Amino acid sequence: MSLFSLPAVKGLIAQILGTIAGMALTTVIRALMGLPAWKAEPAWVVGALLGGVAFLFAVGAFDDWLQWMVGKETPLRHGPPPDRPAWTRYFSVDYNHKVIGIQYTVWGLFLLMAGGTFALAFRTELLRSGMQFLGLELFNNFIGLHGIVMIGGILLGVGGMANYLVPLMLGAEDMAFPRLNALGFWFNVPGALLILSSLLVGGWDAGWTGYPPLSARGPIGYQLFFLGVYFIGLSSIVGAVNLLVTILHMRPKGMSLFRMPIFVWGVFATSLIQLTATQLIGLSFLMVLVERTLGMGFFDPGLAGPGKALLEGGGDPILFQHLFWFYSHPAVYIFILPGLAVIGELLPVFARKPLFGYKWVALSSLAIALVGFLVWAHHMFVSGMNPGLRVPFMFATLLVAVPTGVKFFSWVGTIWGGKLHFPTPMLFVLGAISVFLIGGLTGPILGTVPTNMPLHDSYFVVGHFHATMFGGFVFPFFAALYFWYPKVTGRMYNETLGKIHFWLMTPAFWAQTLGQMTVGVMGMRRRIADYDPALGNGMIQAGHVVITIAGFAIAFGVLLMIYNFIRSAEVGKVAGSNPWRSRSPEWQIPSPVPEHSFAAPVTVVGEPYDYGLAGSTYVRMAAAGDD
Amino acid sequence: MNKNMRHFAIVAVLVLIGAVIMNKLLISVLPLPTPSSAQAESVDSLFRLHMALISLFFSLIVVFVVYAIVIFRARKGDESDGEYIHGNTTLEIVWTVIPLAIVIYLGFLGTKALGEVTQAQPNEKVIQVTGFQWDWRFEYPEEGITSTTLVLPKGQPIRLEMQSEDVIHSFFIPEFRVKQDLVPGHVTTLRITPTRTGGFVLRCAELCGLSHAYMLADVQVLEPAEYDAWVAEQTSQTELPPAELGAKIAETQGCQGCHSLDGSPSAGPTWKGLFGREETLADGSTVVVDEDYLRESILDPHAKIVEGFQPIMPTDYGEKLSDEEITAIIEFIKTLE
Repeated sequence: MSLFSLPAVKGLIAQILGTIAGMALTTVIRALMGLPAWKAEPAWVVGALLGGVAFLFAVGAFDDWLQWMVGKETPLRHGPPPDRPAWTRYFSVDYNHKVIGIQYTVWGLFLLMAGGTFALAFRTELLRSGMQFLGLELFNNFIGLHGIVMIGGILLGVGGMANYLVPLMLGAEDMAFPRLNALGFWFNVPGALLILSSLLVGGWDAGWTGYPPLSARGPIGYQLFFLGVYFIGLSSIVGAVNLLVTILHMRPKGMSLFRMPIFVWGVFATSLIQLTATQLIGLSFLMVLVERTLGMGFFDPGLAGPGKALLEGGGDPILFQHLFWFYSHPAVYIFILPGLAVIGELLPVFARKPLFGYKWVALSSLAIALVGFLVWAHHMFVSGMNPGLRVPFMFATLLVAVPTGVKFFSWVGTIWGGKLHFPTPMLFVLGAISVFLIGGLTGPILGTVPTNMPLHDSYFVVGHFHATMFGGFVFPFFAALYFWYPKVTGRMYNETLGKIHFWLMTPAFWAQTLGQMTVGVMGMRRRIADYDPALGNGMIQAGHVVITIAGFAIAFGVLLMIYNFIRSAEVGKVAGSNPWRSRSPEWQIPSPVPEHSFAAPVTVVGEPYDYGLAGSTYVRMAAAGDD
Repeated sequence: MNKNMRHFAIVAVLVLIGAVIMNKLLISVLPLPTPSSAQAESVDSLFRLHMALISLFFSLIVVFVVYAIVIFRARKGDESDGEYIHGNTTLEIVWTVIPLAIVIYLGFLGTKALGEVTQAQPNEKVIQVTGFQWDWRFEYPEEGITSTTLVLPKGQPIRLEMQSEDVIHSFFIPEFRVKQDLVPGHVTTLRITPTRTGGFVLRCAELCGLSHAYMLADVQVLEPAEYDAWVAEQTSQTELPPAELGAKIAETQGCQGCHSLDGSPSAGPTWKGLFGREETLADGSTVVVDEDYLRESILDPHAKIVEGFQPIMPTDYGEKLSDEEITAIIEFIKTLE
């Protein structure tokens, strides 16, 4: 089998060729219009767009739809490709949600590690004040890349959990729209490549938030960043449609909404946000792209700085921030709601006790999703927006604490009086609770305008949101990886290595997040390549040393986990179908899950988390041949 | 149930002890710089209240979880299930309503403190702040001073009217607590009443490009008498020889942003060797640079555009500069041979 017959490789080649074709097309059109033929910026924009689309065609994401357009019917393909080794299906367009779930997860882990590497680079630079090895330009590029690549990795991790688990938890064979599901994943590959390759064309130096006028004036790298985010955003939207339809229409007999596994509730709330908010980050970046490429002044008021080109003005930089945060605040709930739902999913299994206040936990996810739409301007308390808006946004922001509190209290209620077991997934759940707790509790102080003023754009904010991201996504995601690993591979991971990973990462993360808050209060601003060593009575450098060492410890822990997973897939002991004694449908079928998951239809006959109720069961599967 | 009550009593005591320890810990690892403005007092008291609440709720959850881990851990080989408890609606309502009441109260306190830090004060002194990549400029319209150091009299309410010349910047002095972005196309306002004399550093808090980390300015808070002396010293500088005064004005007005002094190309014609040079204008005609031409180019910069340049120079220098100041700039240009 030749490497070049692998669809993912075909896609990569097509992306390069498509980019060149797009650049050529732009040049020809410009020549025909009588303009100077070569202009780098429009050539790159059209090239990057065509390159991304070419990837999707070449990888085969549109194959079936193209056949349908000419009237040919195509049956849904099942199983590994007949003419190639089985592993190649992970590098091809495959319609099985379990394959897509793993594609999402692995590509997500890759991006998280890439984003983490950017962080390690600039963390090393920050070990000491003064510039060491990075240089100002590269530093400013790396902070933005760290941010957006991490966000992409988190979205993919969320997609991985949702795609793999939701159909299994619903007892369904697959998602509602398997072809759309595959397209949704593949959008992420050219998208992520565009973002990473932006470094080759000058990069972009405004941080992942890309505020104009700075982003409207910088190098061409911005355009690839915008287009990459656009592709990943499309993935979010089609993925969300698919999950919502699947959840609403494919539940088995007997599974009312309030009998769904709590993870499905988390995904449901997250998908509602993804479906309705993602357009706004696409729109805001598209407007900057158009402003740069076609000279439409949406955001730049048209003031010329020294040596800068004069843009035809009339725009308002604050408008961008409203559009941008209308997605980008709810986005953090996209990241954490599935993670918090993993906590709710795993606690009952390891406490051998029902989830305390199931309905309250389920509805608190919806409440967070809803209130999350009304708080975006707390990112703009000092932005110069209408000052009168600060008060209503302060109250709305503080309100988020209420449904979040319900979750914490319900988790405590679940643990209380249980029979607690502590394998690695449970440790990560407890780590998640502790970390998300400090992340959540440092929210109101930032949401209150007067205390926001000194902390805004300081490292205190950096500490706060890293705690929410780690507590709300990273720790629960790792818990989920360890928890469902035996279901996916059929083998058990190495428990000792898992525990080492936990005991390395948790104290390290705590040191990192508290260290960030400490230097922030001392006056350390976000996104600066160099800092004044006199801050905090000269203690600031010690703070940065702690943060950097902790960052490397976390990275080492992640590598240990990857090693554990690769190694255990071969030598791990056979797990059996239900090593955790869970009641959830996916644990009632063999491990690894067969191609068609459930051999017989699933019927829900009880509550999902009735641990401790003798003789009860959640799902029943008709015996083969039975109807 | 009795057993549970005993557990709850122990936990309640531990939560309180934990909250006190946590609060001590937080205050020691989160050292706010010495408060140095009237606004800082309102901010800091709210800050301390938040720290106390963070400590209390952190302790509440962590003590419950850790206690449960110790007491309810499964003994080796115990495969039995925990107590079958589904939930408790009364408890859920309690832990919804109490946090709701707390956040509404916090919102009320926040609104009140916001009023305190933003309200207009009698006898405000206005200082105009301009941010640009990557420096600051301060203008004192009452005294007619332009400075690259922000000098403030202690105890005097100040209203900063802030503008940006290029991208978004943010005005931040940690000891004063308050912060406000400078947005191109907008004038934003920030109020400060300095309460402690000494030197501070103003730092840009919004990523503004390459040298953002180094966009700093010195800040001096002086006793009122010392401030008056500084004002007198600054205003007496009009006694300088005209060419030196012109150089100073050109610097504070940012002329060299577009007009180089060493002949290097920029957005506007270089000043090096400008006086007496013959320039070709955009309409093809030529002109010899003399005093009248320079004066016209400052007052009405778009009247004659030198070939190869855009008409982008601001047209309001006639309002900003006095006749003497324009003469001084012309004298300065004359020296650049």
